[in-house]
Amino acid sequence: MRLHYPSNIKIVKIPCTGKVDLIHLLRAMEKGADGVYVVGCLEGACQFISGNISARKRVEQAQEILESIGIGGERIQMYNLSSSEAPLFAQVATEMTEKIKEMGPNPIRLAMKKKAA
Amino acid sequence: MNTKTLSKLEKILASGNLAVTSECGPPRGTDPEAITKKAELIKDHVDAINITDNQTSVTRLCSLAACIHLKLMGIEPTLQMVVRDRNRIALQSDILGAASFGINNILCLSGDHQQFGDCPQGQNVFDIDSMQLIQTVRLMRDEGKFLGGDEIKQPPQMFVGAAANPFADPFEIRVPRLAKKIAAGVEFIQSQCIYNLDKFELWMKQARDRGLINKVYIMAGVTPFKSAGMAKYMKNRVPGMDVPDEVVKRLSGVPKEKQPDEGINICVESIQRLKECEGVRGFHIMAIEWEEKVPEIVERSGLYPRPELDK
Amino acid sequence: MIVAEKKPIEEIAEEVKEFNKILITGCNECVTVCEAGGKKEVAVLASTLRMYFMNQGKDLTIDEITLERQCDHEYLEEIRNVIDQYDAVISLACGVGVQFTAEKYLRTPVFPGVNTCFMGVSEERGVWSERCQGCGQCMLGKTAGICPISRCAKRLLNGPCGGSTQGKCEISKDLDCAWQLIIDRLDELGRMGDYEEIIPIKDWSTERAGGPRKVVREDVKI
Repeated sequence: MRLHYPSNIKIVKIPCTGKVDLIHLLRAMEKGADGVYVVGCLEGACQFISGNISARKRVEQAQEILESIGIGGERIQMYNLSSSEAPLFAQVATEMTEKIKEMGPNPIRLAMKKKAA
Repeated sequence: MNTKTLSKLEKILASGNLAVTSECGPPRGTDPEAITKKAELIKDHVDAINITDNQTSVTRLCSLAACIHLKLMGIEPTLQMVVRDRNRIALQSDILGAASFGINNILCLSGDHQQFGDCPQGQNVFDIDSMQLIQTVRLMRDEGKFLGGDEIKQPPQMFVGAAANPFADPFEIRVPRLAKKIAAGVEFIQSQCIYNLDKFELWMKQARDRGLINKVYIMAGVTPFKSAGMAKYMKNRVPGMDVPDEVVKRLSGVPKEKQPDEGINICVESIQRLKECEGVRGFHIMAIEWEEKVPEIVERSGLYPRPELDK
Repeated sequence: MIVAEKKPIEEIAEEVKEFNKILITGCNECVTVCEAGGKKEVAVLASTLRMYFMNQGKDLTIDEITLERQCDHEYLEEIRNVIDQYDAVISLACGVGVQFTAEKYLRTPVFPGVNTCFMGVSEERGVWSERCQGCGQCMLGKTAGICPISRCAKRLLNGPCGGSTQGKCEISKDLDCAWQLIIDRLDELGRMGDYEEIIPIKDWSTERAGGPRKVVREDVKI
């Protein structure tokens, strides 16, 4: 549809959000990502029944961990949409980017930069 | 029935009279007057006074010491002993201690869980349970032996009691449980306070049908309500308590200043009705922090004066 | 199995904050099943701690390994060649494994990463509950397969007490009254007669009260 969405987003394609494990979310942040968002099917419409439900639980776990160590739980989010909702996808992408911009860069990335310098 | 111990309570029960006992809670401090004053108020209206043992797991002056204070006043105490806080060594030891002061009645109890009290982080013991404690006291008394098998020099001569709660769940085993306690050696029972008289009478009927009432003296427990609020609290917040709606309604239907009097009325009416219940051999009046009302309850129930039996 | 729970991250971080090279060891058995100390939890803890310390400006190395068990010599030996590279180990095994690791590797401080709770069952994913306290004299045959020692809050052998309410224990509405369960089961088995047998005073000397315990099988020792 050639809609615009922010270019700072790196997309990782997976067959089902149920495949996303807690460690994937944490490692992304550990390696310096400013935020991670998981986009899955609408609840009740998961092709694999409840993959998106498991994903949401893991996102919540990740949020709690990141909050507890001072990185900011809001950097991880989950959104549910159907694959045909392209405008919503673009909107979500923009929303997420704005939120992260507001929060500022990942302190881990800054620490890594400092270390390299 | 013949008496086996020096207990005045046993004598009165054995004589066929209705016995009357009451209860005092020791203070959360060291002043014995807190007990002796309460005892003074009721001593002529009861045959023996129970002293609670760190009730609801709230740390108080120990039951044994308070019983000794009563004994020194010439009053017959009943030592309540829970198995929550002491192992078998301490339990046997305290029994000897009590007997050495001539304390002749013991009530063997499990004890409320420490979670309810002031030390929820504490350990609990439960080395033996209340049923096994009954067996222990009987062993010490009748065979003159410690649990370990050694002989006791001058065994304790205690009259052994336990509690029964016809209102706890499951109801179906409450009479088998009574039978079990009798088999363990219990000689008198004090029931949990009764508000649901129908249920209590049903329990008594089942006990009669099993032939249990000739094997144990059952005393009916009663507690007067001070207010409708107290009734509601006990109905909703105290485990093992059965307060029928009609009782709460009756109290609520009366203006606040009149509620204490109505509470006493209900109590006296219960006693009058339970006097007719075959197998009830006495009453245990638990007027917690309201001991001054015990004489009135006893008198209005036609249980005064207390029988004078030769010691 | 042995059920354990993850320690809070702040507690673990506080214990190891002075070290620079840490090995986190997991266990593939009980703590994996109760999702407290298996391979996944090791990875998550390692990542979390790295980020925690990086955020504080501390540079450190955290490595991960998950052993089959930490209560047998053979499996703990697997780290013998690498352990000296580390200033400290965080073991996510149960208390048994933490101790055995410490006994084996005397020069390396070992810290627990989980709180060991009890011997129990997986009722459902995410819910584990206690069943056994290791009293050393199993009497389950007398109580229809339900243990009054581990499931009754007062470990009454001749229960229930007067606080049992609608099948629940007086200390919590979420806790089944063990004696209600026993009675129901005896009833189903047609063995209510068993209820009236007085269970005698227990010999606690084979339990914790008798001191730390050992089982020796001369017939299998080499």
